[in-house]
Amino acid sequence: MADTTPAPLAGRVVVVTGGTRGIGRATAGLLAQAGASVVVTGRDDVRVKAVAAELSEANGVPVSGVAFDVADFDAVGPAFKAIAAQHGRIDGLVANAGILEDALIGMIKADLVERLLATNVAGTIATVQAAARVMMRKGGGSIVVLASIVGEHGNLGQTAYAASKAAVATVARSAAKELGPRGIRVNAVAPGMIDTDMIAHLPEKMITDRVANTALRRLGDPLDVARVIRFLISDEAAFVTGQVLGVDGGLVL
Amino acid sequence: MTTELTDKLRQVFVEALELPADVDVDNLKYRDIEQWDSLGHMTLVAAIEDAFDVQLDTEQVIDMSSFKVALDMLRGMNVDG
Repeated sequence: MADTTPAPLAGRVVVVTGGTRGIGRATAGLLAQAGASVVVTGRDDVRVKAVAAELSEANGVPVSGVAFDVADFDAVGPAFKAIAAQHGRIDGLVANAGILEDALIGMIKADLVERLLATNVAGTIATVQAAARVMMRKGGGSIVVLASIVGEHGNLGQTAYAASKAAVATVARSAAKELGPRGIRVNAVAPGMIDTDMIAHLPEKMITDRVANTALRRLGDPLDVARVIRFLISDEAAFVTGQVLGVDGGLVL
Repeated sequence: MTTELTDKLRQVFVEALELPADVDVDNLKYRDIEQWDSLGHMTLVAAIEDAFDVQLDTEQVIDMSSFKVALDMLRGMNVDG
């Protein structure tokens, strides 16, 4: 039976990386609505603090903001250490921080690959590692990482990005096996075409074509993804781990 | 203080790794026994962090290859027993 209490995540501390925009921000908002104490992270200190203040005021729960770049592997551990020291625990992690850069195969430069891997793959691993170490001390937790439909099926012009997101899905599958015995669930969501800043640069025709190839005939809303993440973070998903869950409206690439 | 620290760390090892009574904890090394495998190591790290209220960095986690190393590491952090 679904948990219909107004604040099913009350007392939980959940960190959302890349939480100032798009899917991350929508997720932080839903988690706060569900009663969680949310920690929003991002690269821009001013923006992080502003979003945290907005979400806190809107939902009546503590929301704090911490600025760091997940691509700086060595900065992630201390950041989580500080979060754990402030809140006493971390029950959930939404490893959402990521970047999108497109390039056809013939146009891919080494630094583009390095940027994508540093943020999307190494950043996700660093974040999962840091959060898991705190969760282990408290007997468990739930982690959701952000994969992508292109990581599952590939896409023209996104060889490097798709490879990075395929790796993220594998992080979830592998970490789930390693951390399951410690009471930590790890899952991934694989969004389809979601209406965020990340697709703002795409030609209108491409978006129209994608919608035509989506069974539900619309772009996804960040809240569509956020609701699934909230489910995976919550106890409603207590026996779900190692899964990569598509949130794509039936998009076929 | 040193004896207290050693005794407390020994107890942490025994409880975290669920060691039998006859194990020579003071000379224990990583992977010497089946209980101290990679997953046991993470449990041990969590137990040490809880017991001594410290947070080990990744290098320390990787380097903690024996009871003696763990003890020296805590001494280096000026941890009380």
